[in-house]
Amino acid sequence: MNMMLLRRVVLLFSLLMVSTTGSATLTIDITQGVEGALPIAIVPFHWEGAEVLPEDITAVIKSDLQRSGRFAPIPDKDLIARPFEGKQVKFQNWRVLNVDNLVVGHVSYEKDKKIYRIQFQLFDVYKENQLTGYSFRTSGRNLRRTAHRISDIIFETLMGVRGAFDTSIAYITVGYSDKNQKIYNLAVADSDGYNEQIIYQSTQPMLSPSWSPDGRRIAYVSYRRGRPELYLQNIATKKVKRISSYQGLNNAPAWSPKGDTLAMTLSKDGNPEIYVMNMKSNKLTRITRNYAIDTEPVWLPDGRSLIFTSDRGGGPQLYRIKVGRRGAVGKAERITYEGKYNARPTVSPDGKKIAMVHQMEDKFHIAVMDTETEHFTILTESSLDESPSFAPNGSMIIYATEHDNRGVLSAVSVDGSTKQRLSFQQGDVREPAWSPFRTN
Amino acid sequence: MQRFLKYVFVLGLIMSVAACTTAAKKEGGEEAPVAAEEPGKMLDPLSDPSSPLATRVIYFDFDSSVIKDEFKDVITAHADYLVGHPEAAIILEGHADERGSREYNIALGERRAKAVEQLLTVQGVSAKQIQVISFGEERPVALGHDESAWSLNRRVEILYSGQ
Repeated sequence: MNMMLLRRVVLLFSLLMVSTTGSATLTIDITQGVEGALPIAIVPFHWEGAEVLPEDITAVIKSDLQRSGRFAPIPDKDLIARPFEGKQVKFQNWRVLNVDNLVVGHVSYEKDKKIYRIQFQLFDVYKENQLTGYSFRTSGRNLRRTAHRISDIIFETLMGVRGAFDTSIAYITVGYSDKNQKIYNLAVADSDGYNEQIIYQSTQPMLSPSWSPDGRRIAYVSYRRGRPELYLQNIATKKVKRISSYQGLNNAPAWSPKGDTLAMTLSKDGNPEIYVMNMKSNKLTRITRNYAIDTEPVWLPDGRSLIFTSDRGGGPQLYRIKVGRRGAVGKAERITYEGKYNARPTVSPDGKKIAMVHQMEDKFHIAVMDTETEHFTILTESSLDESPSFAPNGSMIIYATEHDNRGVLSAVSVDGSTKQRLSFQQGDVREPAWSPFRTN
Repeated sequence: MQRFLKYVFVLGLIMSVAACTTAAKKEGGEEAPVAAEEPGKMLDPLSDPSSPLATRVIYFDFDSSVIKDEFKDVITAHADYLVGHPEAAIILEGHADERGSREYNIALGERRAKAVEQLLTVQGVSAKQIQVISFGEERPVALGHDESAWSLNRRVEILYSGQ
């Protein structure tokens, strides 16, 4: 009897342990915000239930908008009223607070269907009108995601750019097991770092996760058999398939925009060259022929050209090459001239910007180049910055860096004005890859 | 851990050569006294701490795969051994420091290992005896974020199979 009770207590305790380590491990620090961030009042959504809501929806929305650097949500203590629907709003009250916009909402629960109903409205305080309003029905499990969708709608309504809060990030974490053995995890989490899900765990290095355009699969490099090979993994089913294991390097996978081919680096012919694999037939087309290192291919949005890193000119620089059905069309053209070292390109969703790792003196920063004007901007000041990846709306770039001797992820807005740091309590985080927009 | 011991082992060999001690480290990092004057016992040159074969790590400059002159004799010693022992096989592990991009560093690590491979094969070593694997910056031996750590991480390790 007592044993039973004890066992239950132990079980409960271990469950608690799991849940705390699962949710409390991530911290987000806004290390640099915009001066002209838009003040916005987000009134805590009214909730009639007796129990606490499984997710604090208002807090998620506020944190999303604040993190973007574009908004400055006012603190709850400064809210002069707590309206939760349009007819309760007295606009003149909010004008006193100097907020341009106001969000109100309420949540109810349909017990028989086990469904939450969330309604919200966004107002322009000065024009005294509703800018948008939606009603969502969602399960308890999807409350957090619904909050991100509300953030997306607010962001798009006020900024004119689609929000990217309801998206995911893939990354690699490195920690140690109980036996002090290195453990590498390929993980996927919400764009704010919550709901981390381990996709694959290995004692050997993994790197370069690349999202399929439908957001369902990730191609990546794994050393699980002792050397670099390419794998493809379904996120939901976790089913994994080895897709390239030639002699030498099988590295740097990059999905084409249509998802029908994968660009990659293979050194089976002697030194690293860019290839394109047809994902249906597995047939390879060789793109580069050069004695130098050619690696890190990435597609332009039209799917007709690749940007890649090559040291054919002495040090690593970025090149562009046109790709036809039978291979390269014409010669590779060098596109970066700033400094001695530019590598790991990533292209914005509209194709107008290329972010990269750029060396300045003895430091490595994230830089961005405008593809039309060739205007070159260094976005970061830390020194070991690598692996940049654009948000699907092109507004932010997430990248890996070092902070307090640990690998952390940071995000910077494309204009360099806002920065945030995502860190986990233990181990290193690296190789971030921002997902495409959700299609469902 | 095993890998770490291996580095301790290599480091130990280098230090014991330098200090002319009579103690050598055997495989697995266990310390064992070597009776240096013991007559009639042939030491395998691979486990002889005073042999150039005891040097198993070749170091490189940043973003370079050029083998420095100071390592050419060591590589020649390994070439001689491998030519004389066609049954012996090695893995050349290429590595890079943490700076710059990871995929470029894997390519760079491979080029470093291939530079060593080439110097071995021109001296008669069969390509079948050599396997090249690059880890780029994924497996540093020194964990600091300064040149003293980086210089130790820009390396090719010569690993004899069975050792």
